[in-house]
Amino acid sequence: MDGIHDLGGRQGFGPVRYAVGAPVFHADWERRVNALYGMAVRRGIFNMDEYRHAIERMPPRHYLSASYYERSLTSLATLCVEKGLVAREELEKLAQGAFPLSEPSAPGRSNLPDRVIFKPGDRVRVKNDFFAGHVRMPGYIRGKPGVVVSESPRYPFPDAHAHGVEAADEPTYDVAFRTEDLWPNSADKALVHVGVFQSYLERAA
Amino acid sequence: MDSGHSGSSQIAPVERRVAAIEAVFEARGMEPKPFIESATHTAEEEWVPRNGARVVAKAWTDPAFRQRLLANGKAAVAELGLTMPPHHRHLVALENTPTIHNVIVCTLCSCTAFTIIGLPPDWYKDLDYRARAVRESRTVLREMGLDLPPEIEIRVWDTTADTRYMVLPLQPPQTIGWPEERLVDIVTKESMIGVARL
Repeated sequence: MDGIHDLGGRQGFGPVRYAVGAPVFHADWERRVNALYGMAVRRGIFNMDEYRHAIERMPPRHYLSASYYERSLTSLATLCVEKGLVAREELEKLAQGAFPLSEPSAPGRSNLPDRVIFKPGDRVRVKNDFFAGHVRMPGYIRGKPGVVVSESPRYPFPDAHAHGVEAADEPTYDVAFRTEDLWPNSADKALVHVGVFQSYLERAA
Repeated sequence: MDSGHSGSSQIAPVERRVAAIEAVFEARGMEPKPFIESATHTAEEEWVPRNGARVVAKAWTDPAFRQRLLANGKAAVAELGLTMPPHHRHLVALENTPTIHNVIVCTLCSCTAFTIIGLPPDWYKDLDYRARAVRESRTVLREMGLDLPPEIEIRVWDTTADTRYMVLPLQPPQTIGWPEERLVDIVTKESMIGVARL
């Protein structure tokens, strides 16, 4: 989905709030959230793709104003309700207040047709493809040309795996994109490598 | 599903929302309390940057290991007893050179090789780094204290699939010849993410 989470290349942000040795957690509740969602994945209540997608499905204003672990918590809670572990009303009674959740998901999809096997050195283009469900194609690479640098082992196809749809695992290709092609005259020069699922790629003309 | 307020009640403080989820798990007999304790211990004591530092120090002192690490990261770190979760099926070590600097980001969320370099620091998960690291890499690194000369090419790696990355930093020249154990102490989480050079 072209959601608010798809931040790569967005302008208007300021300096990274950075310190050497910065913490992972700021509060004990964050440690608990991290453990609880890990427990849910381990127990098979949901998988990592569903977890990531439930974060993406947060309403934009909530997503942008929430801390990282509040996003994690919102995903965890949304999936607990959607998977039938607890009714929303019960959850809010337990929390003694409103518990904002994510928006419903669009349907998933299986592997795209006409997948091509690529090898390092191949010139490729990211398809001009739009999909309202979970997709691990950041908007900044859509339609852009790149070169395959390497291939990774097959992974569950996110567009299906986040939605309980049957699909074959797919190889991903590390594709190198020039920033001059991604954001002409509007970026610091670099090669940006993105792990792109086979379904998202076509041969470059 | 209405994601806004239910009725006219205020949003519950985040700690109460966490407690609510914990109560749900408790009611289902999942025993969250001991799991939280052991998971937190694992996250803070076992998934530490020192794991990655050991990998780097060995790569610096053992050329054959370095080649194995670059060929198959997951298998190489396993030689040091380091494991990765099942869904992290591939680990790629990104070799810095005098003319190439690698830096890792996850623009879509926060993906990290956390069992090897530790869970991500707060800034890595924040909106500014995720938005700017791909498009303003040289500027962002300079702001973070790493001012690279123009002849050093930057390669950014956006972690979008289940491959995980770690930077293999350049060994500082003044440490050539140091024993492996001493080298472990100088490798930082920041250098393995790629926002610092050693």
